[in-house]
Amino acid sequence: MATNTALDVVMPQMGVSVSEGTITKWLKSEGEPVAADEPLLEISTDKVDTEVPSPGDGVLQQILVAEGETVDVGTKLAVIAPEGAAPAAGLPSAEQPPPEKTPEPATARAAAESNAAAGGEAVTPTAETTEATPARTPTAETTEATPAPADAPTDGAADGKTFVSPVVARIASEHSVDVGQVSGTGRGGRVTKKDIMAYLEAGPQAPAKAPEAVPERAAGATAPPPPPAPAPTGAPPRPPSPEPAAAAGEQLEPMTAMRRGIAEHMRRSLDTSAHVTSAIEVDMSRVVGIREKLKKEYQSAYGVNPTYLAFIARTAVETLREYPWVNGEIRGETIVTRNFVNLGFAVELADGKGLIVPVLKNAETLNLLGMAKGVAQLAQRARDKKLLPDDVQGGTFTITNPGGYGTFHGTPVISQPQAGILGTYAVVKRPWVVQDELGADVIAIRSMMNLTLTYDHRLVDGALAGRFLRDLRKRLETWDESSY
Amino acid sequence: MAEMTYLQAISDALRGEMRRDKRVFVIGEDVGVYGGAFKVTLGFQEEFGAWRVIDAPLSETAIVGGCTGAAMMGMRPVAEMQFADFISCAWDQLVTVAAKQRYRAGTPVPITVRLPSGGGFSGGPFHSQNPESSFAHIPGLKCVCPATPEDAKGLLISAIEDPNPVLYFEHKHLYRRIKTEVPDERYTIPLGKARTHLEGNEITVVTWGAMVYTAEEAARELGDGSVEIIDLRTVLPWDKKAVLESVRKTSKALVLHEDTRTGGFGAEIAATIAEEAFEDLDAPVKRIAAPDAPVPFSPKLEKAFIPQVEDVLAGLRELTEY
Repeated sequence: MATNTALDVVMPQMGVSVSEGTITKWLKSEGEPVAADEPLLEISTDKVDTEVPSPGDGVLQQILVAEGETVDVGTKLAVIAPEGAAPAAGLPSAEQPPPEKTPEPATARAAAESNAAAGGEAVTPTAETTEATPARTPTAETTEATPAPADAPTDGAADGKTFVSPVVARIASEHSVDVGQVSGTGRGGRVTKKDIMAYLEAGPQAPAKAPEAVPERAAGATAPPPPPAPAPTGAPPRPPSPEPAAAAGEQLEPMTAMRRGIAEHMRRSLDTSAHVTSAIEVDMSRVVGIREKLKKEYQSAYGVNPTYLAFIARTAVETLREYPWVNGEIRGETIVTRNFVNLGFAVELADGKGLIVPVLKNAETLNLLGMAKGVAQLAQRARDKKLLPDDVQGGTFTITNPGGYGTFHGTPVISQPQAGILGTYAVVKRPWVVQDELGADVIAIRSMMNLTLTYDHRLVDGALAGRFLRDLRKRLETWDESSY
Repeated sequence: MAEMTYLQAISDALRGEMRRDKRVFVIGEDVGVYGGAFKVTLGFQEEFGAWRVIDAPLSETAIVGGCTGAAMMGMRPVAEMQFADFISCAWDQLVTVAAKQRYRAGTPVPITVRLPSGGGFSGGPFHSQNPESSFAHIPGLKCVCPATPEDAKGLLISAIEDPNPVLYFEHKHLYRRIKTEVPDERYTIPLGKARTHLEGNEITVVTWGAMVYTAEEAARELGDGSVEIIDLRTVLPWDKKAVLESVRKTSKALVLHEDTRTGGFGAEIAATIAEEAFEDLDAPVKRIAAPDAPVPFSPKLEKAFIPQVEDVLAGLRELTEY
């Protein structure tokens, strides 16, 4: 799809609770041609790492956000210009000739179409694209903080208001000032260095005053109490702006958006749920035997490995049907239960520096083969950073599998707002007391595995958790090939 | 302390050095009997004799080549190009031989080439140019462009003392127009150190030579004390530190020169500001220079060609209002 007008690439909304994303890598450089849907850049949010495709054919005219920067959802990241278009407009200038022809009313529509073609939320026409149409609305420009695309009207005055010069940007960031709060006296209302310096001198600014305000509050007995902390949201907190200094021998690295997201979620989960963990020992010998038998068939016929995880997931889903609260959620003052299971799987990323929980939707509809396939595909997409926002949302119960490293017990943290998380551990051969065919106790070598259920004791009581684990064990130990 | 014109200060410095140091001699077209086209060396031959004030043939190649050889043998030659424009004839001796000798063989080449340059008096395309940026591009050379009588003296003495080939661009339009107090005693001004001609806090004007006065007049007409004028004094080496310090203070920069625009030395300054002071800028770096054409004869056209006070004023207003 060729484009006649410049298209904006914006930070996509990667899930409802995601408010910002980090540019990890630009896959194209300025001036390079791009095709519609061709990967343009990689972004990282606290939910997923993914590629952003180009909204249309053309040339990457201008990159507006550099690698490593974190920006809000909807922020304009780049401009895709039609092939052969003029170079980046840069600063609005009176010298620039007016557009040759009136921008067509189709501009916004063209952008919208390319957006649709690019696959949903990745690209949306911004206010500026809309601005280029004759029917421009006066409010549309207030959100823009970037230079105009080449074909936008460039009478100078209209764009000056929102252009932030390098020195103003620097001063604003050093003093944590929102440039939008400063009234500008420059061309077209632009905030000049003088304006922001005057603003700083005039004060009061929250960041500068904050340290003084604390003792005042403490001293005054009648002073009102500090406002309650804001309710936790999905957006991770920004790191404190002054960088900590490294002591001798230490090394510093910035936290990725994903790491911040994990950190925030883990802390919030422990602050929210009453975590209790129960463990049970499961004789996996039957599953081991069936798995050995199915392995060859599954590999040759379907190209998929029947993993222990698939077996456990399958039985867990069956058991969850009977324990809806374990698959439930506390939402405010009410308890939510469902007739479906969206099963999350904790997947470690290849670099060992992150964890993501893709969700297998409607897992109750899948048999063993479907489960094995679904898990394998999700894990692969997670490692390839190809997960879509939907892939990481809406989980109702989670399985985590640290047993691959030989651990036999753990106390995982619940993925909010769920009520439980199942931990699976190493399958090891152990001497085990079983009954022989005559009913006599004998010591046998069995493949044993520990399972843990970590549950939110606000909703799930210990007895319920115990029964859930007991039934789960029974299903695994008496695996019925015909019914799974 | 005596009042001197720019021309008298040059003459005074040169005479002083010739009296002080027997290695210093003068060579050029009509510098002896006639006293030089602009009378800088008037009376020199009478005082120092024909062997130290040499009337050369009309060959800039021979003048600069001869000076290079003499310098390598331990002399301190001061050559005069009758007009700076004529230096193109000596390009090879200057650029290929003199500028590289020290790097090739370790031999210092302490020559000074005086270059009456600049327009403003209808000299036309062959007698009005400002070729300093061509030579500012040549490693091994130094390029000096004094603006005041005091600097003209101190910088000329430094140029003669310097062990490298130094091009000394003396602006013809300043010769008799600018007259100020000049210290009587011998003094030097280091090459590569700028001077603040006018102090201000909001716009930095970087310039040199005759344009210092054009900028000053424009700043005074603007009348709000906002303009800081940095007179570079030398464009090679140039005082990057002084320029960046001023720009970091004002956040707005206007680079002004009489030479043509494309590839002019102003481009180097503007690029350095953009590169090293980007986060201090509150407006685009503005350049004011002559258009990319030969200097016209016609007084009206020449006025349109050389940056005038009103051009600079317009540039300053643009930056003020930005």
